Amino acid sequence: MEDITKFLDMGGHAAFVWPALGVAALVVAVMTVTSLRALRASKIALGAAEAQAPQRRLRTGLTGTDS
Amino acid sequence: MFHRFANPARFSRIAARVLPWSGAATIALFIIGIYYALFASPPDFQQGETVRIMYVHVPSAWISMACYSFIAVMSAVALIWKHPLADIAARSAAPLGAGFTLIVLITGSLWGKPTWGTWWVWDARLTSVLVLFFLYLGHIALTNAFDNPQRGARAAAVLALVGFVNIPIIKFSVDWWNTLHQPASVTRLDAPAIDPAILTPLLLMALAFTFYFVTMLLVRMRADLNAMRARALRLSAAE
Repeated sequence: MEDITKFLDMGGHAAFVWPALGVAALVVAVMTVTSLRALRASKIALGAAEAQAPQRRLRTGLTGTDS
Repeated sequence: MFHRFANPARFSRIAARVLPWSGAATIALFIIGIYYALFASPPDFQQGETVRIMYVHVPSAWISMACYSFIAVMSAVALIWKHPLADIAARSAAPLGAGFTLIVLITGSLWGKPTWGTWWVWDARLTSVLVLFFLYLGHIALTNAFDNPQRGARAAAVLALVGFVNIPIIKFSVDWWNTLHQPASVTRLDAPAIDPAILTPLLLMALAFTFYFVTMLLVRMRADLNAMRARALRLSAAE
């Protein structure tokens, strides 16, 4: 118990160390969630667009040409 | 070599295959890095326990500058060869760079108060990093400022190239000017001036942040490529 209190106290600098690590964790979490959400939304949008135009799939500029 | 991966469809396929591995490596590296940063390393003899802020601050600073350099190179490629993947790479990297720069500024401030006795000083290093943050925000704003995405990408690319002058200013500010910020202690021509007990968690966290950055960049680029393809399909269906 004493060890945990000592660890959390961070040598008297708890008020600086934990907020710093917390902010970093928060920013990383926000970047992760927004990026993964964008990927999921894009997959849904692409699926819907492909369902609408299945025959033209291979003829769009982004799929075929090797440059 | 570059052209092999520069094909958007092939890039998307490769990214999809790499992502699970880079994601797993990121999580593993963060677990090991945080263990070393918080539990398996001693307090610094001068900074005490506040040195643990450095394990987040320094890798974020490296990534924030590397990310901007990456954007500048991609912008040059986009402007010269007009390659769409380069624009997508720059556009996907900018919000990540802004996030890392925000971490640098806030953690640096929280470290500065107990160590230097002040949250902020307008010295060369701190000011140039603040400028970097605004460059990222400007890049994001310009990218989204035009109805035509290509015009936005071009304007943002020009800003990225002009703003690149700030990167050597950040790097060498601690040598060129008399600043409160200490000079480099890891990236020196001779051996790093850091004890292995402190250097180990620092490098582990730097590796974790690098893997994290690459993983998120691939996620965002894939999202952008999917969205572009969906748009192209909708347009061709409407014709």
